[in-house]
Amino acid sequence: MKGFSYLQNVATLKLNAEACIGCGRCREVCPHQVFSLAENKAQIIDFNACMECGACAKNCPVAAIRVDAGVGCAAGLITEWLRERNFCSFLKECC
Amino acid sequence: METGRVPQITTTLTFADRLGAWKARWDIGRMNYMVPPGLYAIGSPTPEAPALVTANYKMSYDIVRSVLAGHNVWLLVLETYGINVWCAAGKGTFGTEELVKRIGLSGLDKIVNHRQLILPILGAPGVAAHEVRKQTGFTIRYATIRADDLPEYLDNGMVTTPAMGEITFTILERLVLIPVELVEALKPTAIAAAGLFIIVSVLQGAANGITTVYAYLGAVLAGAAIAPLLLPWLPGRSFAGKGALMGLVWSAAFYLIAGARGWSVPVIVAAFLTLSAVSAFYTLNFTGCTTYTSRSGVKEEMRIAMPTMACALIVSLIFLFVGRLL
Repeated sequence: MKGFSYLQNVATLKLNAEACIGCGRCREVCPHQVFSLAENKAQIIDFNACMECGACAKNCPVAAIRVDAGVGCAAGLITEWLRERNFCSFLKECC
Repeated sequence: METGRVPQITTTLTFADRLGAWKARWDIGRMNYMVPPGLYAIGSPTPEAPALVTANYKMSYDIVRSVLAGHNVWLLVLETYGINVWCAAGKGTFGTEELVKRIGLSGLDKIVNHRQLILPILGAPGVAAHEVRKQTGFTIRYATIRADDLPEYLDNGMVTTPAMGEITFTILERLVLIPVELVEALKPTAIAAAGLFIIVSVLQGAANGITTVYAYLGAVLAGAAIAPLLLPWLPGRSFAGKGALMGLVWSAAFYLIAGARGWSVPVIVAAFLTLSAVSAFYTLNFTGCTTYTSRSGVKEEMRIAMPTMACALIVSLIFLFVGRLL
């Protein structure tokens, strides 16, 4: 994504190249062009652009992609943190 | 042409539609701005006409139908409870289960004679295309990120150009998000400002109380509005860092405007630290609005930023306390 880049080397994205059948779905759904196809196999070409939306893993027909998908939202993470500690009165809908 | 029992919808937005979108941008009735889910006809679609899918957030539905003026297509609107495609896909309501259910309820398989659905790329986090195919026979093409590109996509043989598949976050795209940010900040800001005014007024007089409120409001604006607008031009990757920088700039500006009355050193230190922390918090909060921050990244950033902001507040209080004793 031109002009923007977030923290490096933190994404949880993992591609199992052996399981990949080269269908190209991951490349089709990724809004950040993280994947490319070479010799009928997907490869990660821009790991740090991954925003962990989970579209690739969800649409991989052979489950060759794993990512701890979720929303990169500070308010959401604070809400989650409060919920884990049962501070229910602070909770509200996010996003 | 007759579209049978499928309602035919207009592609012209009325004043009420535009007003509704404007209100939603200001968080007025935003969580309840929706249209009934189901199948709609745009123009006079034949059984061969493409079938597109969107969410039932009225702003999403309005944008999609208005860009499709002059086209003859089917539009399947999913029940996402008034949430846009991207957020609903993240929650899973714009998802495999709802899509499969809505195909069945609408009788789409009897209305079209093909087995292909066109989905927005940002819906992909919620929909497993292979599952939908397995359960309904419909194959999915993820078309474009922006609805604006749909006409070109449809007219050019359904080819997603690189630009159509690449997400952006232009200054205009950031600008439209800021009203909701400000409205959502309103309540906590009012409470904090009132609290600050009372405490400072009691200790230092009402004039200083008012000055403190101005300083605080400026820090909220710097963090929730100015930093998001200047996002790509502020240095570093951390949102909290970008916000803290805007907070520092605001502190310096406010010092030059209001500090002429002769702030003591402890007050200067406390003002710079606290205002920067407030701005940092609001800019960190903007991570929820962006199109490129990952969950792991935000977690990592918060791990450092939250304690740092807390420290800044504690150090400020110590400075103010010690300053009063001296």
